[in-house]
Amino acid sequence: MKHYLFLSALFISVACMAQENTFPKIDIHTLESKTFNTNAIENNGQPIVISFWATWCKPCVRELNTISELYEDWQEETGVKLYAVSIDDSRNIQKLAPFVATSDWPFDVLSDVNSDFRRAMNVVTSPHTFLLDENRKIVWQHVGYSPGDEDELYEQLLKLAGK
Amino acid sequence: MRICFFGGMFCSVLTLFSQQAIDLGSLHGNIGIDAQYYAQDSVISATVPNEKIASNSFVNLNYKRGILVAGLRYEAYLPVLQGFPQGFDGAGVPYLYAGIHTEELDVNLGNFYGQFGSGILFRAYEERGLGYDNAMDGAMIKSRHIKGVSLTAMIGKQRKYFDKSAGTVRGLDLEWSLNESFDSLKTRISLGGSFISKFQSDNSSVYNLPENVAASSFRATIAGSKFRFFNEWAYKINDPSAQNNFIYKNGTGFISQFSYFTKGFGFSADVKRIDNMSFRSEREALLTDVMINFSPSFTRQHTYNLLATLYPYATQLNGEIGGQFELSYKFKKASTLGGKYGTKILLNASQYYGLDTMLLNDQNTDRLGYQADLFGTGELYFRDIHLEVSKKFSKKVKGIFTLANLAYQKDVLEGKSGYGLVKSWVWVNDLSIKLKPKHTLRIEAQGLFTKQDLGDWVTLLVEYTLSPHWFFAIMDQYNYSNPAPSKRTHYYFSSIGYNKNAHRISLSYGRQRAGIFCVGGVCRNVPAANGFTLNLTSNF
Repeated sequence: MKHYLFLSALFISVACMAQENTFPKIDIHTLESKTFNTNAIENNGQPIVISFWATWCKPCVRELNTISELYEDWQEETGVKLYAVSIDDSRNIQKLAPFVATSDWPFDVLSDVNSDFRRAMNVVTSPHTFLLDENRKIVWQHVGYSPGDEDELYEQLLKLAGK
Repeated sequence: MRICFFGGMFCSVLTLFSQQAIDLGSLHGNIGIDAQYYAQDSVISATVPNEKIASNSFVNLNYKRGILVAGLRYEAYLPVLQGFPQGFDGAGVPYLYAGIHTEELDVNLGNFYGQFGSGILFRAYEERGLGYDNAMDGAMIKSRHIKGVSLTAMIGKQRKYFDKSAGTVRGLDLEWSLNESFDSLKTRISLGGSFISKFQSDNSSVYNLPENVAASSFRATIAGSKFRFFNEWAYKINDPSAQNNFIYKNGTGFISQFSYFTKGFGFSADVKRIDNMSFRSEREALLTDVMINFSPSFTRQHTYNLLATLYPYATQLNGEIGGQFELSYKFKKASTLGGKYGTKILLNASQYYGLDTMLLNDQNTDRLGYQADLFGTGELYFRDIHLEVSKKFSKKVKGIFTLANLAYQKDVLEGKSGYGLVKSWVWVNDLSIKLKPKHTLRIEAQGLFTKQDLGDWVTLLVEYTLSPHWFFAIMDQYNYSNPAPSKRTHYYFSSIGYNKNAHRISLSYGRQRAGIFCVGGVCRNVPAANGFTLNLTSNF
């Protein structure tokens, strides 16, 4: 009983101190093993795509391979920045950087080894792709990947970039 | 009690509403429903449970406003799907939390997940697809006040289905990233140490059991722009449990990983040895219940059906020694082997053994169980050597081809007898053909060949996707050379799904083969079942 009363009290007191910005602030890592707080996911007011994936998830890899071929064009047209967030856990973490190097992807890859960021973004299955606006509000999201789905993301990107 | 908490949350949200009309924070979440209707099937001896319909459902709610985070998960198992741990029963809110996340400090009260180092001492996580959830219930504080140093302290009880574990887990973790303290350092070096202690009262009339069991680990990472070298050592004091047959031997663990990567080339290698490292917050617990640590098997995580479900390796917590290496290379575009689009090859090999042990006959004295040689290997448990080639043939046709050689010590890994080391070859062709824009046909043809166990298998999977909404799939798995002719069975399976943005629904019908099912690195036995399955997930 006391436990829950305490939680409630904490909730009330903290709610009053709260400020704006609802984007998760969670420590994950870069491929170079540097700590990276998700609050640093930024693109100077331009569109952001976050894609949750894993080295063993074949549809995820298909999606990212496809986007990597289109990425330069997308960037020119919409200024988008993509973060590919790997949910590989410590079973596969050592394979992540070699995997990315062989895939030769042009975007940033991050590692969410205990799925903390994944949970904060309510991701259950992978791939799961989010499109964020200049305020980092989710404007569109998609679960799964079939060839052709990238066209829908591109349309949404153009819409967001006002083109 | 929980009502009180909800009341508190509600009141505080109301307070906010009345104070200011702006910035109410954000509320996001997701829901998931998996339901099955079971049908009788004498051929694969699938038995219909008393309740013909079973379902697992959940809803997650996550609220965030500024530095405040709070949320909950409601789960319902009415009753739990077959193949899941049967301890899940009924409905409730097993996950409830509130906390603050700032640049320098995280405070989590209620339920939380977390991981120290590689997880060899502590990892609290969930894997919905497997029914695995060892969330802590208590408090966790993480401080980043000193530049480059992250300090975590936590205490709590682990989730055990809709209940709590009998034991309490306490822990401290320190990670120091030297580069952030010394700017001149070019190579990335970080050092870390963890300490975990669990308490469970001694309720045994037979043994004099340790009530407080301590474990500690030390880790070091050296990394650069082209390599990473990670080592972690763990030590646990005597911890008699049902898993180790109540011996008083200390536990040890060691992981070493090296990877090298440069554009177009990647290499990684792991070495692992664990000895008596089952670490749970209840001595009597078995299977996947209330595990404090996480000891993954460093083997390739296969997803092709025959490779993933028939003979997958699972970590042997009582003791194993082994390793893995993986080499990947991309032949450049316009080279002889690369062709027009480039070709990617991957070679992976992993091998695990039991420890080289000598039994000690001290049942009634020290009960140390056995002595293990530090570098020696015992019986071969598992081997997997495979080559995977990924190739894009044209704008429309892509393929992934796999050839694998497996050895699987069925007696040890499944707790059976009389099977021995099952050796097999597996081949998989995965071909994807773009018929016209947005229409893709994918064909998976697989074969598993062995003279032992259940004999040979073939699988054919045909999947048609119509982006961005529809998919259809049919699969037949045929155990055509089972030594018992009556068991030469077809396992038909078909599925249809609809997908819109973050909402997905699929309906499947067919036979599910009994065997091991692996998602996210944890494996579990699934009984044979036959019937309809409905899956629904949605995010908001």
